[in-house]
This record gives sequence, C-alpha cells and structure tokens, in this order.
Amino acid sequence: MKKIFGYPESLTPSHTHYCPGCTHGTIHRLVAESLDELGVRERTVGIAPVGCSVLAYNYFNCDMFEAAHGRAPAVATGAKRCRPDLVLFTYQGDGDLASIGTAEIIHAANRGEKITVIFVNNAIYGMTGGQMAPTTMPGQVTTTCPFGRNTEHEGHPIRVVEMINTLETPAFLARVSSHTPLHVIEAKKAIREAFRLQVEGVCFSMVEVLSICPTNWGLTTAESNKWLEETMMPYYPLGVLKRPAVDRAPDPMAIALPEGV
Amino acid sequence: MAKVLMKGCEAIGEAAIRAGCRNFFGYPITPQTEVPEYLAKRFPEVGGIFVQAESEVAAINMLYGGAGVGKRVLTTSSSPGISLMAEGVSYIAACHLPIVLVNIVRAGPGLGGILPAQSDYLQATKGHGHGDYKLLVLAPSSVQEAVDLIYEAFDLADQYLTPVMVMGDGMIGQMMEPVEFPEMRDLGSLPSKSWAATGARGRKPNIINSLYLKEEACNANSWKLKEKYDEIVKKEKRSEAYACDDGELDVLMVAYGTMARICKTAADEVRREDKKKIGVFRPISLWPYPYEALAAEARKAKRILVVEMSTGQMVEDVQLAVLGSKPIDFYGETGGVVPSPDDVAAKLRE
Repeated sequence: MKKIFGYPESLTPSHTHYCPGCTHGTIHRLVAESLDELGVRERTVGIAPVGCSVLAYNYFNCDMFEAAHGRAPAVATGAKRCRPDLVLFTYQGDGDLASIGTAEIIHAANRGEKITVIFVNNAIYGMTGGQMAPTTMPGQVTTTCPFGRNTEHEGHPIRVVEMINTLETPAFLARVSSHTPLHVIEAKKAIREAFRLQVEGVCFSMVEVLSICPTNWGLTTAESNKWLEETMMPYYPLGVLKRPAVDRAPDPMAIALPEGV
Repeated sequence: MAKVLMKGCEAIGEAAIRAGCRNFFGYPITPQTEVPEYLAKRFPEVGGIFVQAESEVAAINMLYGGAGVGKRVLTTSSSPGISLMAEGVSYIAACHLPIVLVNIVRAGPGLGGILPAQSDYLQATKGHGHGDYKLLVLAPSSVQEAVDLIYEAFDLADQYLTPVMVMGDGMIGQMMEPVEFPEMRDLGSLPSKSWAATGARGRKPNIINSLYLKEEACNANSWKLKEKYDEIVKKEKRSEAYACDDGELDVLMVAYGTMARICKTAADEVRREDKKKIGVFRPISLWPYPYEALAAEARKAKRILVVEMSTGQMVEDVQLAVLGSKPIDFYGETGGVVPSPDDVAAKLRE
C-alpha cells in the first residue's frame, strides 16, 4: 500500500504549547514538509525567535538555535557564513522581526544572505499577552493601545516585505496567509520555493505568513479568520513581490497534493 | 621566524589567523578598526570569511551563530561597542559557546574619547551582560603579548567552552612593535565539537539554547557555569612580578596592560636615582584575578600603589588580595590622559 500522507520527519512527535486556533502549528508543518521534500533535514539548522514560537526548537526535528529577541537573522548569518553547506532558516514573529529586530532583518536581506526567513504576522505580541506590534492594524485594540492603535501617536502598520522589496539585492519575497485550506496550499508553495532557492544557492528568501491570534484578538477562530480577511488582507496584500530569474524547470513538487486528489 | 614590525591591531588580526580563526564579524569603531581592515584584506589569502555587521549587536550574534556551528570566531571592538555586545555575550556564555572577543579600550563613559584608557575593568571582570556568567579576561602589555594571548585565547575558549576577552587599550592597538608570530595552526588539528549545530545527520538534533522555563533547569545551568568558572579560577590565574626579588620593597606598584609597562620604567628610574626598592605586580588574567600571587608580593612591601588609566576600578581587587594588611594608595588618570613614567615616579616619591 502506498503511503500518501504522514507525519513529517522534520517535526518532532510532540504536543505544541500553541493556543487553540493558532496557525503556528500549521506553518511549522509547511516548513517541515518543505525540508522533507527537498531532502535537507539532516543539513538544516533553524533559528527560533523570542515570542510565541520561542520553543520552536522543540518542534522541529533538526538542529536548532534559540536566538535573542530579534537577532535570528544575525545568528543565521554567522552560521551560514561559517558553514555555507548548511540550510539555515529563521522563524520569527512580528514583534521579534518587525520591531526589535528591524536592523538585523533589513541588513541580512540587503547582504543577500542565503537564508530563509519565515515571518509570521498576526498583528500582535502573543507571548507577552497581547501588546501592540509594529504590524497592529489602525484602530486595533491591544493592551498597550487600549483605545485602539492611533496612527497619529503610534504610526501606521509596517509592511515588512514591501520595505525589503525596495532593496536592490536579489531575493524571493512573498506574502501568504494561513487562515483557510486554500491559503495554506498557496503558503506551502511559497515556503517550499523559498527553501528551494536557498538550497540552490540563489538568494535570500523570505515568506511573510499572515496568521490569526484568537486568544489575544479576543475573537473566536471563525471571527478571527473573518477579521484577518477583512482587515489585514486589504492592507497586507498576498502574492510574490519579488522572484529572482532562475533558469530551471518549474518545481514538480510545488503543489504538494497527494496523488488522486 | 623573523620578527616583523606591526601595529597592535593588525598583529591581533594575524594572530587570530595563526590560531585557526577563519571567521570574523565586526563593526568599525576607533581605536580598533585596523583589525577588521586587516582581516578584510588578509582573509581572502587564507580562505577566511569577513563580514562587516550592521552593528555590534548584530556582530556578536553572528559570532553566536558561527560558534554554534563549531567554528573559531572572532570579533574586536572598543568600549561603547563592547557595551552593545553584552546581550549577545550573555547568551553565548549561557550556551557554553567558545568565542574570542577583543576590547581595545577607549575612554568612557558615554561616547567618551578615542584615546587609551582602562575604564572598562569592572565591566569586563565583574559584570558585562545579565546573569551569572564570567568572561575569562586577559590583558597584554605589549604587542607581542597581545599576539601570544590571542593565540592562546582560542584554545582556552575551546577548552572551557566560554567567551574569552583579550583586553588591551588604545596604546596596545595603535602602537607598532616588532613581533614574532606563532606557527599557523593546522585546521585539521582543532578540537572536534560534537555539540555543534551542524545538521542532525544520523543523530538526535543538537540545540543551542539558553532558555530554561523550569526553575530547576535554569538553576542547574547557572551552577554548571559556576563549576566551570571555579575550575578556571583554579587553573588560569596569570601574573608577573617585576623587580620584586630583593627583600623588603619600599613600594609595590600594581598595574596591568600599558600602565604596567609605564610603571616598570618609573620603578627603574626611582630605583636608580633614589635607591628605593620598587617592585611592580602585573595581573595578566584580570579574571580570574591573581589574588594569592599579589598577596605574596604584597607581604614584602611597606605600601602599595595601584596605578590605572581609570579612577580606580582595580583597587577593590587589590584590597581583596591584601585584606587590610598594607596601606594602599591610588594614582590614576583617565579620559585618554596616559601618565608618563615621570608622573608615576613623582607619585612614588610622595
């Protein structure tokens, strides 16, 4: 009998600490499937951030670092420059990457580090209990903007991949979402392509994944999905922003659907 | 090997290469910028990788990554930059990773000045970043000694799996002296690192981590570090006693680095002209501090004079060494003011 679906080898068989409704688990799986399909698990090193996914080093079944808040792209830079044969990825949230780690992500991208960055944007600080993030939407209520984000006072949400897209350095930059099965399939394509480009030594690659946070948004999962679609997606448009020219056949595994589906 | 005339910072860069380091991450800051400049030019000849980081914060985290994948890594900076690196060094120490960092100290606090000073003593020896960790700190007093200590620092870092700091001052970094370099280390002879994050091929994943949410585990890591530091204290104290071997001393000076060298000249001058017996005790390891060796020399002295290019940061350690048995005076200038041998001799004559 042919096995058409299973648990990715690149994930450890553990229960995560993520809240009900959170999409971190799904996004972990997309990363793990990509590593499995590209056959690189045994030469992959991941960098966990500070934030909700701080314990990601327990969930990925590959060598891992736990970095200081925002510094994952610098840690990945050091590791990759010292060992260019390794596959390096960072897994970061919006507080980590878009606030305290802005300098590290911009300069890693600008140097064209051959690393893959998975950036999970749920418009709020989750781990510390729902504070304002640089990606918090105007009017969105958090514990540190209890009357709603006031753009006069806190500025506007930062569109990180658009900002990085202004750099001349070649890169693969995409924004996807994780709130519906169809979006998850598209997210998988982007994440797999991001890793593939690194494995081929082409460029820096980064995928921003829009995610929900029912716990800190104070909404049900269904309401959260609706809020993401109606509030976040118009401001954070989905799609591939930049793709380097690569002379090769299309990825045959890009849509990782099992046979017969 | 024949001696070559070299600037301190450039000699430090070459010594790191000799020690088997092929990865440098750093950020320009006076008065140590000649190290990154030298390595940017020299590394391609030996297959080394030089990265100019966007900040000292990023640079030290690049070292975290490089050390974690098992390579000998170096950064050099000067006082304000070392302050920025405190966060990363704390993580590196907590993760038991070997790195070598060099502080070519300039005057502080704040932006201070770019001239030589010794005002980072307390930062280096008592508390750099957060948490229960220590730096092994070595202080050269010549360009040759800087070369020798850099070469050894990489071995010490690997032996104890800990950050090692070589702390010079602007004088050590900027002056030119003849130096003889040790042999080029065979990269194949460097210690293997089974704990490194190099890909989980045929083994369980290696995790480089300093997060312990369970208090017992966090407590255990701090005590594991302490155990290592106790061993370093036992085995790695280094010092030099200069002109201390002819009976009772009128004055024992205590100084390190460039200041110790100036004190030796002053001691010679006062011995010659005033027929007074003056000795100099020079700590080479600032942490662990050579308390016992200093106490042994201090027993021979009528009084002690601590001389530093700071407002007296090392005095407490000298007090701990002599435990009130001898009077201790202090003479210091800082901000880039370097006392001359005559200045020190005048203090000896007071």
